[in-house]
Amino acid sequence: MSKIIEGLLYSESHEWVKVEGDLAIIGVSDFAQAEMGDITYVDLPSEGDEVAAGEEFGALESVKASSELYSPVSGTIEAVNEELEAAPEKVNEDAFGAWIIKVRMSDPSELEALMDAAAYAKITE
Amino acid sequence: MDQLLKTTCLHDEHLALGAKMSPFAGFDMPIQYSGIIQEHNAVRQAVGMFDVSHMGEVFVDGPDAQAFVNHIFTNDVRDLAPGGILYGMMCYPDGGVVDDLLVYKEFEAGYLLVVNAANVEKDYKWMLEQSEGWQVEIFDDSDSWGQIALQGPGAEDELVKLMGLEELRELEFYTFYDLEDEEGGRVIVSRTGYTGEDGFEIYASPDNIRDIWAALLEDGVVPCGLGCRDTLRFEAGLPLYGDELSPEISPVMAGLSMFCKFDKPEFIGKEALEKQKAEGVARKIVGIEIFDNAIPRAGYPVELEDGTQVGVVTTGYHSISLDKSICFALVDSAHAALGTPLFVRIRKRVFPGQVIKKRFYKTNYKK
Repeated sequence: MSKIIEGLLYSESHEWVKVEGDLAIIGVSDFAQAEMGDITYVDLPSEGDEVAAGEEFGALESVKASSELYSPVSGTIEAVNEELEAAPEKVNEDAFGAWIIKVRMSDPSELEALMDAAAYAKITE
Repeated sequence: MDQLLKTTCLHDEHLALGAKMSPFAGFDMPIQYSGIIQEHNAVRQAVGMFDVSHMGEVFVDGPDAQAFVNHIFTNDVRDLAPGGILYGMMCYPDGGVVDDLLVYKEFEAGYLLVVNAANVEKDYKWMLEQSEGWQVEIFDDSDSWGQIALQGPGAEDELVKLMGLEELRELEFYTFYDLEDEEGGRVIVSRTGYTGEDGFEIYASPDNIRDIWAALLEDGVVPCGLGCRDTLRFEAGLPLYGDELSPEISPVMAGLSMFCKFDKPEFIGKEALEKQKAEGVARKIVGIEIFDNAIPRAGYPVELEDGTQVGVVTTGYHSISLDKSICFALVDSAHAALGTPLFVRIRKRVFPGQVIKKRFYKTNYKK
């Protein structure tokens, strides 16, 4: 069974969001990494890029397929986890530890559209 | 599960092993067990086994069998000794490919044609249509056979242990032995495969194949899914029907003319292929290396520096054995020479690369 962490928010496209004030820390769920299998490449955006909620900001590549990443919130990308460029397998090893981007939110009310852990658990059953 | 999907004789074994299953060529097939990278490396470094029972087995027999096979097959079976195997294609008159296949020359009489799972019905129908006027019997026996591919540097030791036959070490590349199981059923063992490593393919009854699978598993052979079957064949520069060979991609375009014997008096597609060979083809399958870890996938555009599209990726991976991003692509022949700079568009960005040899990985066949 894949792991789900309480206190985080989740999108339908399997990103998780950890909220710290108006900063959204974004990664992919354990369910998503397990579905993808061995992740071999993370296509990261650049710091300073603007993203809109629902917009593609990068991709994860497994051996077999690529899977686009969608930002659950709008704002400015303040940090990118460059460690994943050299070590993409960290997403498999610890999906909740391997954050991908940090977004300074322009509209935190967008968070209301996301799921809590219980709701997310239902869609990954 | 889709009710229309067929299953192989090892389906229960795959489920018991917790394989990730997916539809392939009309069958519910294992894509991976432990993980594609682990399975890929097992075949390169030790020994792995694949359920390839979905492949088709079509027998051709009768007084005209040799002439007929040579009529529908691009390679030349006239000098093929009993126990010998040839790779080649069946082509349409315009040179497009019906299928690529192995032809086994039987010890008694006739031939065994091993064809792609997705094409069994199409191939069988094609052969029947072509056989009008020939004295041949064509029989699709695919449902009676299971097949395991045992692949990797440890395959020989493993096979000898399994069968208790030291003689199997003497089996040469692209030849086969006929053996019998305890009930007198036929077992075919050939030194063939689709991985670039030494290895064998074992054909037997479904019951026997289940026993062989269990014995190999018990002995620690790593079960491998179709995921790594594709990464392995790709690195070894081997085409997959539907990607690098198709009704639109001829053997000449795919760089496989060596399997078309133009000194044969005739075969279906000969004229068209000879013309392609002599006059050149508009597009060719090439290998491209990308100077980045981004992964070129099938369907991505191949471009020149100015953004003009000159081709399309047919298969691509971040190569597990070579640790670089490489692909096969169908490109305009003007841009197919080794060393030509080409660019692959991956999502929003364009990555530079160049044309390299298609044999990405140095194969380890036992010849």
